[in-house]
Amino acid sequence: MNPSMQTQAEPPHIVGYATFIKVWIALVVLTGLLVGLSVTRRPHLALLGLLVITPTKASLVLFYFMHLKYESAALKYMVAVAIVVLIIFIGLTFSDYLFR
Amino acid sequence: MGAPAEAAEHAGEHRDYAGAKLGMWIFVFTELILFGGLFVAYGMYRSMHAHDFHKASGELNVTLGVVNTLILLTSSLTMVLSIVAIRLGRKLQSMLFLACTMLLGAAFLVNKFFEWKAKIHHGIYPGSEHLMARPPGERLFFGLYFGMTGLHGLHVTIGVVVMSVMLVFLARDRIRHNDFIKLENTGLYWHLVDIIWIFLLPLFYLAA
Repeated sequence: MNPSMQTQAEPPHIVGYATFIKVWIALVVLTGLLVGLSVTRRPHLALLGLLVITPTKASLVLFYFMHLKYESAALKYMVAVAIVVLIIFIGLTFSDYLFR
Repeated sequence: MGAPAEAAEHAGEHRDYAGAKLGMWIFVFTELILFGGLFVAYGMYRSMHAHDFHKASGELNVTLGVVNTLILLTSSLTMVLSIVAIRLGRKLQSMLFLACTMLLGAAFLVNKFFEWKAKIHHGIYPGSEHLMARPPGERLFFGLYFGMTGLHGLHVTIGVVVMSVMLVFLARDRIRHNDFIKLENTGLYWHLVDIIWIFLLPLFYLAA
């Protein structure tokens, strides 16, 4: 089944075992990197890990394990809206705290 | 029309693959907001009590945190492989992968049990005399630690229970190569639990 047909009420095509094993390896390597950065005891490197590596890991799970990469555009937009709403919540709370 | 829809017609049963999956995603969004709120609380209190959070985080067992991360990441892999296997019609393989996922989930909870037990043994638990005598930031850190890892642990427990039901469904052919949405939705839930832990690791265990 090609991607353009995925808006129908049909399961999208089957992704093989190999793709998921590669994603798992990437996740393990990124975890190692994250732990490595935190033991360097340099706050800006640890912050980099938190702000870059952690969202990258979450995205890998979201796009591959949760299959979002192969879903319809409509579902992708829905997920994007949910995440943007959460970011707005976080942003508003912090701006309230920082500028009061 | 593909094979699943045709099969559904022949069986005379109602099936809505896209609807079932959309419903699960909407539930995932509510979970995102639930944990999101707790992450905001963590962020606020950490910015107010940076030093206390830093100090309290140093008392957590980093090794256990990292081991549990690897356990959950691997369980996410076996979960997704279970879905691939059933779609390829490999029932036994799918059941084995799902059983692995359950065992890994249980292993995570066993680790968590020993981690909490050690903390409680040291007098660190919400409302304990030992903890109440410490600075407010450290009290908040451990309150959030028990609250957030506890809520996450509850999700892991629910996940393992749901997976045991799915294992029975697989055995009884209620989940088949052309009807696997129950297993796929279980997977969506399990991966969400994994994503939440991905954020808990650096915020609690690596914050020192």
